[in-house]
Amino acid sequence: MTTTLSEGEPSTLERRQRQRKKRGTWQKYISPLVLLPTSAGIAIFVYGFIAYTFWVSISNWGGIKEDLSVREPATGNYSDLLTTTRFQIDMRNTVIFTVLFMVLAIGVGLGAAILLEQKVRGRKFFRNVILFPYAISLVVTGVVWRWLFNPEVGINLLFDVTGFNSVLTQAGGSELEPGWTTDPSVWLQINSLLVAIFPFADDLQVKLGIPAAIIPVAIAASWQVSGFVMAMYIGGMASLPNSVREAARIDGASEWQVYSKVIIPMLKPVTITVGVILLHISLKTFDLVVAMTGTGPGFATDMPSLFVFETMFKATRYNLASAASIVILLFASVVVVPYLIRSSREES
Amino acid sequence: MTSPTTVSQIKNRNTGLWRRIKHANAWTAWFMLVAMAIFFLLPVYVLVMNGLKDPASAELSQMWRPPSTWSWGGFSEAWERLSPSMINSVTLVVPATVISTFIGSVNGYFFAKWKFKGSEYLLMLLLFGFFIPYQAVLLPLVRFLQWTGLYGSVWGLILTHVIYGLPITTLIFRNHFSTLPHGLFEAAKVDGAGPFRTFWSVMLPLSVPSIVVVAIFQFTNIWNEFLFAVTVVPNPEAQPVTVALNNLSGNFSVDWNVVMAGAVTAALPTALVYIFLGRFFVKGVTAGAIKG
Repeated sequence: MTTTLSEGEPSTLERRQRQRKKRGTWQKYISPLVLLPTSAGIAIFVYGFIAYTFWVSISNWGGIKEDLSVREPATGNYSDLLTTTRFQIDMRNTVIFTVLFMVLAIGVGLGAAILLEQKVRGRKFFRNVILFPYAISLVVTGVVWRWLFNPEVGINLLFDVTGFNSVLTQAGGSELEPGWTTDPSVWLQINSLLVAIFPFADDLQVKLGIPAAIIPVAIAASWQVSGFVMAMYIGGMASLPNSVREAARIDGASEWQVYSKVIIPMLKPVTITVGVILLHISLKTFDLVVAMTGTGPGFATDMPSLFVFETMFKATRYNLASAASIVILLFASVVVVPYLIRSSREES
Repeated sequence: MTSPTTVSQIKNRNTGLWRRIKHANAWTAWFMLVAMAIFFLLPVYVLVMNGLKDPASAELSQMWRPPSTWSWGGFSEAWERLSPSMINSVTLVVPATVISTFIGSVNGYFFAKWKFKGSEYLLMLLLFGFFIPYQAVLLPLVRFLQWTGLYGSVWGLILTHVIYGLPITTLIFRNHFSTLPHGLFEAAKVDGAGPFRTFWSVMLPLSVPSIVVVAIFQFTNIWNEFLFAVTVVPNPEAQPVTVALNNLSGNFSVDWNVVMAGAVTAALPTALVYIFLGRFFVKGVTAGAIKG
């Protein structure tokens, strides 16, 4: 539509301007109005529900019968929680699992992204294969890895049929037969060290160390998620200007230095995003553990998410379970909230 | 013969050497990628090969061998056990995906093109809903659904997935509409189109690829979801396939190869989407991760 500003037409233009002004007034309200239902939904289902859960977490509601009176003292459920052996184990497991999972997933994902940058044949194929597990359910992942890490069969069997174990025994070693998910041992325990520094650490009922059975779970989780990390890094590398590498090479940097000194530091924003998302995945890990190992030997693969689910819906100790879920939420918020604030600031 | 080496000769020699190093690098990279591919395909191999074994000959000790006799027996039994829950999953995923994608597109459009005071903060508050561990809302959610009579039904689960899906669908569409040129929007305004007309006739037709990306993102997430499914729908007749598969896997009277075939069956819809619409899947994967 073209409007020519000739003498004869100012009335049309004026009318349109007036119209637009009038529309401007009601259009100011239309956007908040359209966004109102979603905002109300999130206000109730996220913030309202969290408030409710918090209320239950300080209440006396510890059985089937609903009781929303505030417990005396209000922090009672939280102190009960912190002295519960199973929850102490779960916190240890979460920390160890998160570290293992992040190191493995970022290591494999970043490694794959760098390898795929080289001029190799079949790049597309490799990329598709590595990303594939991310498209399927964690329950499926758990079901299959459960058998791969079964000490009787699975990978241990592979050590036998490939002749790997016979080579080991011929070389004078013993057969490699890890217990994987059935191994209850906790490696590198630091309890005595901790007690030497903080005497009150003597109260801990949990063995602080690396529960062996959690390693297979971290491997399965990384199998699923490394492709996502790879896709994120590939996207990040594609957005870096080529001149950066060229400049580094002209300055005499080796291929290794180009990555370790230039590319990887420049990908820091991607690493932060990936880190936040992986942490978020790790804190809510539930389906994988349920399908793969359950709570494991001596709760070695138990997670706070399983603790919440079982305490809430099986043991019906609603207040204790709610307190545990608020603790998980706090852990997530400590990382997520600053991240959200930072990214929204960067945009505006 | 003893002519001084020219600059171009040095350059050539350098590039030749450079090329050879690069060549060696490429081979090392290739071998490492092959190793990775084997690791990533190993579970797929076990699933498919054992799913295709005859129930009588499916022994755990033979799990690495391909089937001696190929058989659809495992798959037909898995299908018999899982088909009701597969249908449940479809009746859950289709409406939940369509609704959350549509509302997300409207929200995203208004967040991108009709900003108001505080709209960025509102978006941030919504986004927090994507990052919460859902354990913190399970109890009130169950109570709310019981109160509204939706507990135990697929409709309760649809509502749950729509609401908790909105933050991320809104964000992806917001980012998408922000990239559409503002001039287009102004032109529609000058032509007298209101905000909804502009959205429907101008913005939406330009957004088909993004709609596909978000729909696939939601389809995959909701199909694969487990925690809400197991909490909101306790009765076996209405359960989605992830829950049914987990039950199948924990049932020791079921043959092992049937479980493997069942896992393939449950994974098939999202696997097919990945294989045929992978381009859109990859976009969703990276768009779903908020820009840092």
